[in-house]
Formats: sequence, structure tokens, C-alpha cells
Amino acid sequence: MISPKKKQLGRSVSIVGAGMSNFGAYKDKTNRDIFVDAFRDMIDHMDNGIDISDIEAGYLGNYSADLFEGQGHTAPIVADWLGLTPAPITRIENACASSGSALREGVMAIASGLYDVVLVGGVEKMTDLPTEGVTDVLASAADGLYEVPAGFTFPGIYGALAKAHMEEYETNLDHLLKVGIKNHNNGALNPKAQFNTTIKSLMDRRISRAQERGESVPQWNNEMDFLNDERANPWIAWPLRLYDCAPITDGGACLLLVASEIADGFTSKPIEIVGTGQATGRPLHSAEELTSLSATKYAASQAYDMAGISPSQVDVVEVHDCFTIAEIVASEDLGFFSPGEGPRAADEGRTALSGDRPINTSGGLKAKGHPVGASGVAQVIEIYHQLRGEAGERQISRKLPELGLTHNVGGTGGTCVVNIFRRN
Amino acid sequence: MAEHITKEFNAASFYEYLREGKFMGVRCVSCGQLAVEARAICQSCHSTEVIWVEFSGKGQLATFTCISIVPQSMAEKGYGRDNPYCSGIVMLDEGPRISARILNVDTLNPQGIKIGMKMQLELEDLSEGIPVLAFRPD
Repeated sequence: MISPKKKQLGRSVSIVGAGMSNFGAYKDKTNRDIFVDAFRDMIDHMDNGIDISDIEAGYLGNYSADLFEGQGHTAPIVADWLGLTPAPITRIENACASSGSALREGVMAIASGLYDVVLVGGVEKMTDLPTEGVTDVLASAADGLYEVPAGFTFPGIYGALAKAHMEEYETNLDHLLKVGIKNHNNGALNPKAQFNTTIKSLMDRRISRAQERGESVPQWNNEMDFLNDERANPWIAWPLRLYDCAPITDGGACLLLVASEIADGFTSKPIEIVGTGQATGRPLHSAEELTSLSATKYAASQAYDMAGISPSQVDVVEVHDCFTIAEIVASEDLGFFSPGEGPRAADEGRTALSGDRPINTSGGLKAKGHPVGASGVAQVIEIYHQLRGEAGERQISRKLPELGLTHNVGGTGGTCVVNIFRRN
Repeated sequence: MAEHITKEFNAASFYEYLREGKFMGVRCVSCGQLAVEARAICQSCHSTEVIWVEFSGKGQLATFTCISIVPQSMAEKGYGRDNPYCSGIVMLDEGPRISARILNVDTLNPQGIKIGMKMQLELEDLSEGIPVLAFRPD
């Protein structure tokens, strides 16, 4: 066995541009149209502009346009629609971590010295299929030979993880709901979020609609009443309910990566990628623990080591909250809280925008939306804006954050990518 | 555990055994590691010398979920919002864990389903093309 050495990039890589489509349901747009929206948003917001022909290569995260839209081989099609041919563009598929992995490929391509300017991004068009169809496509990221035949859906596996966490620690259903309320509070401040609204507003809207129609008016005193009402918040995979699950979303996101030595030609505020890690994990039944995703721990450890920092130094974090329990588990696996402390931290508001450990200031996958192949890069976009002090009403205000971290999971921990970013 | 050396190490063999009423997995000859899935390479020591072993079919419930939003295949069997089904992870008495359908539990009252419950292999549903690995409370 080769002895492990400290992993370092061959040279420094920075982000100098970021763009994102609106996240939501867009009936008349295909994959390529959505990614064009993200790309145009990036081009329009480059600090010093960019000549598109300077982009030398690209990596595109896309989980399953094949099954969602009947379109395979999406990378060259997207490249053509952006006007990037003949630059090589490669599609990366790692389920919901597809664009987190695409970002890493882009970083390594520049660090290797091969390219100086690389586009990375992700896109997914999910809303053409009915919910059962989307459930089937997402389940194909699980083990089709041993998990899916047992009836497991994607929410089902996270439901089983949640139940194990509840059994091992003092985690309860209210803790899960509080993660969702917090992420919607943040999403309400994000104009690109699919749910640009609080759960309180959604509740008030249902009450006023019932009043207008002369129907019996629900007696909800607060958000927790609303979320504990099975008619408003039905079970998906016990102990997870509708408001514990990220929505089905269309969306795209992209970043422009360059060798740090040329970054100041593009912007005076580049964001450096100072740590990157990726690991794989097993299906939940053969995982090391039922209350944790081991791939998160391995990927995080690589990223922290490369960056030379500890979890407590991170100022702003986007974690992969495809389900509310996933945010709680990630907050423990990433070392922000000890095992079992995650639920209490969520309950006490420590992870809120105003808390001491803000998580998912963008609204997270829960409120911002979860176009699976785009989510990894969309997380980085929030960190990019936070570190540059341009996150608007969502800006962390205690101090301008210096270090940010993203955590992107594919499937139920089959893949995990962790990246760490620094403002220079 | 009776030992067999007849079939190739893949899922087709696993389910073929199940259809024959045998709950088979693999054991690493080199380190003794057990797996329910028919793996040709040991997860623990990477040895490729593995053999089939038969499990007792007894274990305990490690975790579970009751699924209300169901895939199309389960909707066709009548499961759904008003009739959720239970999927779980069973830890076998021999050690390894595996995903399985959990039968004979009240899926409308999941609070009554307890982690640690004794489980017994249920080979009822062998009629289908691919048999389902299922357990029921023992």
C-alpha cells in the first residue's frame, strides 16, 4: 500500500464568475434553455467582462436528462447552445453530487496546468415527469439490486436514516420541522429560490384561501401547528413529511474557474478554492453507521487537511439538505456539532442566519430548490456571494465571512464532495 | 451454516437461491467477512476467494421507514398514501445488515414498530419474477 501523503493541488484555482437561473418549474424550457439562463447570468455579472472564446474546457453536472427528458449526451448540446464548440465539455454524473464533482474536475484540470480558464456547472430539468416518475428516476441512484427491490425510495432511505438517528439520540420530529422552517426563512430572502417564501406565509395563504372560498378555516396558531397537520403536511416516508423534503426543481448554475495567477484580470474579488475532498460510501444497510454518512467525514477530512483549517474556522456553510435530517446529520459529520448535538443546535436557532453557525443561508435545497445535477454548483454560488459581501438581505452581518464550505451528496452518501473557499 | 459452491457470485444467483427457498450470502475464505449481497470481492480484505453460505433467516430490525409516496411498481400493487408499506434494514444474527421489505407490521402506526424487534425471513412472495427479500416479526 502506498503511504498516504498530504494532498495538494498543483497550483491555485479561483472562482471569478458565477451565474444561476431562477429555480422553479418551467414547462416550456428544456435542459439547454435553463443552462443558457445560468450562463447568461454569469456573463452579465462578470466584473471585468469575458470573451467567451477564452473558455478552454467545461465540466457539466447532469444526473439524468436521459430519464427526465429523454435526452442523453447533454454536454455537447449545452456547449453548442452556449457557443463553446469546439472546446471539450464533459458531462459528469454522480447523482445529486454531479455538479460538485464537475467543479472538482474543473479544479483539477486547471491545477494540472492543462487549462487556465474552465467553465463548470450543472443543470437538471425535472418537472416534465409526474411525481411517481421522478420518484423512480431518483431511486435509480440507489442500489437497484438490493435497496430498490426492498421497496426503498430515495426519501425512504433518508427516512430510515432519520429513524435510526431518532433512536440513537434525542432527535424528534419537531427538530426536523425546525430545519425546514429555518431554510424557508432564508429562502424568503433569496429572489432566485423556488420557495421564495416562509412557511408562515404559506400557512397564512392557505388560511385566507379557505376564508375566500367559504370553506372551514384551519385552526393553526403557528407554523408548528400547520406542519403537524397531516392534511397540510402529509407523510412521504415516515418519519419524513412533505416539508422535510426538498422539492422537484428545474434549474441550472455555473461558475468560471481560472488559474489564480490570472484571476485579477477578471475581478478584484476572486474566491480561491483552498480545499477539496471527495469520497464514496456504501448503501445504508452496509454503511459503517446508520446515523451518519461516512463519505461526508472522509471528504471533509481531505478538504480540511488541504485547506489547513478546522471546522470552527468556517464562517458560512451550504450543506446538502435534500431532507431535513440530511442537514442535521451533515452538521455533525462535518464536525460543526458532535454526534447527537445537531438536532439541539437546529432547535436553538444556532444554524439560523443570525446564529453562531449559519447553515444554508441560500434557503438550502429545501427552499432554494433541488435541481439535482445543478445543486452542487448552486451551493458554491451562495458561498461566492457571501464571501464577496454581495448576498443582499441574506448577507451574514456579524462580520464579512472569510472562509466558506460546501457539502454536496450524491444518492444517500454514495458520493460526497466537500469544498472550502477563501476570500483573499 | 451449510456451504455451497455452485453458483456465480452475482445478484441473479442470490435471487435464484431465494426462489429455491434458500437465503444465501457470501463469506470470505481469507478473513471470514460475511455479506448478504453476492459480492465477488471481499469488502474487508479484498480477497477474491469467497464462498456461498446459508443464513439462518433470523435477525433484528435495525431501522425502517413507512413509505406513503410510492414508486410506480408499488402503486400497481395497491400501496400509496392510504396504504403505506414498510421497508427496513435487518441486522442478521450472523452480523451483516441488509435492506428488506418488512411485512406483518402496522404501517399506519409506525410508532408501534420498534427497532430491535426480532425478525424472521418471510419467503411468501416467491411468485414474482424476482422474489422480494422480506422479513416479519418473529
